[in-house]
Parts: sequence; structure tokens; C-alpha cells
Amino acid sequence: MPMAGKLKVHVDPDKCQGHARCKALAPELFTLDEFGNAHEVGDGSVPAGLEDKAWLAKANCPEIAIEVTED
Amino acid sequence: MSDVSQPTAHPPVTDWVHDFDHTDPRWTADPFPIWDQMRKASPVVHTDRFLGCYMPTTYEAVRQIAHDTEHFSSRRVIVRDERPEVAKNAAPPITSDPPEHKPAKQLLLPPFTPDAMKKLEPRVRAICNELIDGFIKDGKVDAAARYTKHIPVRAIAHMLGIPESDGDLFIKWIHMILELSIKNEAVLGQAVQEMTAYFTGHIEARKKNPGDDLISYLMNARDKNGQPLEDSHVLGSLRLLLIAGIDTTWSAIGASLWHLARTPSDRDRLIADPSLMPTAIEEFLRAYSPVTMAREVVKETTIEGCPVKPGNMVLLSFPSANRDSAMFPDADKVVLDRKENRHSAFGLGIHRCVGSNLARMEMQVAIEEWLKRIPDFRLDPAGTVTWSQGTVRGPRQLPILFGKA
Repeated sequence: MPMAGKLKVHVDPDKCQGHARCKALAPELFTLDEFGNAHEVGDGSVPAGLEDKAWLAKANCPEIAIEVTED
Repeated sequence: MSDVSQPTAHPPVTDWVHDFDHTDPRWTADPFPIWDQMRKASPVVHTDRFLGCYMPTTYEAVRQIAHDTEHFSSRRVIVRDERPEVAKNAAPPITSDPPEHKPAKQLLLPPFTPDAMKKLEPRVRAICNELIDGFIKDGKVDAAARYTKHIPVRAIAHMLGIPESDGDLFIKWIHMILELSIKNEAVLGQAVQEMTAYFTGHIEARKKNPGDDLISYLMNARDKNGQPLEDSHVLGSLRLLLIAGIDTTWSAIGASLWHLARTPSDRDRLIADPSLMPTAIEEFLRAYSPVTMAREVVKETTIEGCPVKPGNMVLLSFPSANRDSAMFPDADKVVLDRKENRHSAFGLGIHRCVGSNLARMEMQVAIEEWLKRIPDFRLDPAGTVTWSQGTVRGPRQLPILFGKA
């Protein structure tokens, strides 16, 4: 397997509408505020082993609000 | 004028692409081939019925309109035969546009977060089991009348702090507002009047004895200027929670059970692997999305190249969008472990359903508890499944036999 860079997730707060799909699919990577809108946990760094969950969350966001970037 | 409330005639549809009618009995019974036919013909279709109405048929067209609050207003969210005057504080925030929308929405969001729903979950689980206790010995049941209907009614009553036993009243009002009023405007006024009187009583009671329920929460809320909400705003929001929170989830749970009653392989799969439940619920939401909304054009623009003018109504069919094969491979199949599912069952954009977390929780609990106690079931060949007409689609009669065939 090629060495992948470390992943980072980011929720665009202008696009997020609080569907909460990311929190359901990747609770380690996303958190919800008092209105139910999503934010990345910490600086968005994806711990090793959770990469698939990051991509899954992105693929299921109805508002296309999640960015996954490789360092 | 005495003829104002006379229902408009709806002749049977012979051309779905140029003369569609979402109240036609064939649409109510099985809309999927109709939507496929419309989508194949054009991303947006038109009918002269309902004083003229457009309908986007693709996911992309629906998405664009849902995100475009500048040209498409939510002041009218149901397509009717008539266009009554728009009432102030009709049902905020679902009938609100920017900039009024955001503060009205933010007010309702905190009581409906996933964490808040977790606290409600044990009560919903108990409600489901109480209902099943009532019919499991009979060997058969009309699941729409005795199970799926009562779960959201009792859950929302519990949240509002009103008697769960008033559920039949709520169901009557919802039927009047969402189905009968499409063709008979007078019914709408009557239902709103009755609901207003009912909730005014509960508001007055809480002025003397405040509680920790959702009605008290709204009465204690402050607007952006730090002022309490007008009574009309509180009443409008209560109307919305009742109307939007009940027959929608009733429909979604019912359609899921209808699917499982006809599909033993999916039933067996869910029982063998309960971890599939969350993706299965999302797939039921996609394949059998209950809710169709509407928008009114307020500024000239185009939908996929088709010009629309102020005053035109647009039927915003999230259910049709969710069956678009350009967005969802095998869109016509129910795939319990569908990995990518950006369905729009709860809407897209700023009007995302405020109760989506409640609906998901109720659906999951209702299906889980049913499968635990009634793992084998099928449609009763001696009965007839009927579906609701118009804005929210789901089974209203769902005769089911327990046990293996």
C-alpha cells in the first residue's frame, strides 16, 4: 500500500445544515454544537485507522459541506 | 361567495409530462414509474392544474431550487387548487424566508439535537411495546392504524407536555390540513382555528404553571431583540411541530414496514445483522421519502433552462429526486447497506427538517422493536394497502399477518 499522507477533515459552517450524518458515521471526527450543526473535532486531524470513516462522512453529507484533505 | 369552498374537479391524468397531478389516485398508489417517465422526458415539467405548477424531476434540479431562497420563497409550501392570502407567522420557520428564517429556526433546533433525542428514546421504545402488546395476540394488525400512526403522535405529545391521549385530535387536524384542504380551502381555516383554540388553552395554563416541556420552552424563548415571542409565533411553531412531526414519520415507519412485509430477505438480513439498521433506515428514507414540499417563485429565473415567473408554484419533490439514477446507482432498488446516500428526504439547504433526528430515532426504534417481537410477517392478501394523497405519502391502511406464510 502506498504511504498516504495524514488526512484532515473540515466542515464548512456556511454549508452545514445539521443533517448530522457525519456525527452518526464518524463520531470520533465530528461534534455537534447546541443547534446540531457539525464541526470537526480539534484541528480536524484524522487519527490513523479512521481514514475510511472520514471518506464515508464526506460521501454521505447531503450539503457537500465536508472537505477531506491530505497533508 | 358561496362557491369559494367548492372542491375543484380533477379529471384523470392522460399525460403525466404536460398535465401532471400529484393528487391523482395512480400517483398516490404507485408514483415511481410516473416520476421515471417524467424525469426521462425533462428535468422540469409543468401542469396547468393548481393554477399552474412546475415540478423539477431530477436530484440536481431539486437541489438547486432548495438552495435558491432568493428566487424561490417558502411562504407557500403546499400546492393547492387555490392561492389564499399568506398568513403572518403561518408556521415559522418552514414558511419563513431569509432573514426571518434563521432566528426562527435556531429557536427550534436545540430541543431536537441527537443528544436530546437519546433522552426521549426510552419513552419511544416503551410506547412501541405498549402498542405491540395491544395487538400481538391477534395474529394480525392494521399496522398503520394501530402502530405506525401512534408512535410519532405520542412522542411529540410527550415532548410538548400535552396528553398523549389527545392524539386522535391531532391526526384529524393533520388530515384536514395536508389532504382535504388541497381541494377545499374552507377546511384549512377550520383546522387552524381548532388547533389555535387547543394550544391557546395550553399556553394560558403554562402562564400560571410553567413546565419543562417544549411549549414552556417556546414561551420562555427570546427573539433577537431579547423580547418574548408573540403568541402568534409560538402558536405557529406549535402548529408546525404537530403537522410536520406526525404524519411524516407515521408514513416513513409505515413504508419501511410495508417494504419489510414484502421482502423477507431484507427482514432476515436485518435480524441477522442489526448493525445494518442505521444504513437501512437511511435507505428506507431515500427509497420511500414521504415529504414533498413546494416553493413560490418570487423573482424571475430559470430551472434547468426553463423560465419561471413570480407567482408560479413549484412542486419540490424530494421523493422523485431520491429516485434519480443519475445520483443514486440502482435508484429503484432498496439496498440496505448503500454506502453513499446523500438523500434529500429531509430537504436540502436552510429548510432541512428540524425534526430529522427525532424522525430517525423513531424509525429505528419502531422497526427494531417490531422485528424483535414480530420477526416474521407479510401483507394480508385479504386486505388492501392504501396510501395518503398529496404532500406526505405513506400507508394509511397496512393490513399485516404475523408468522410465516
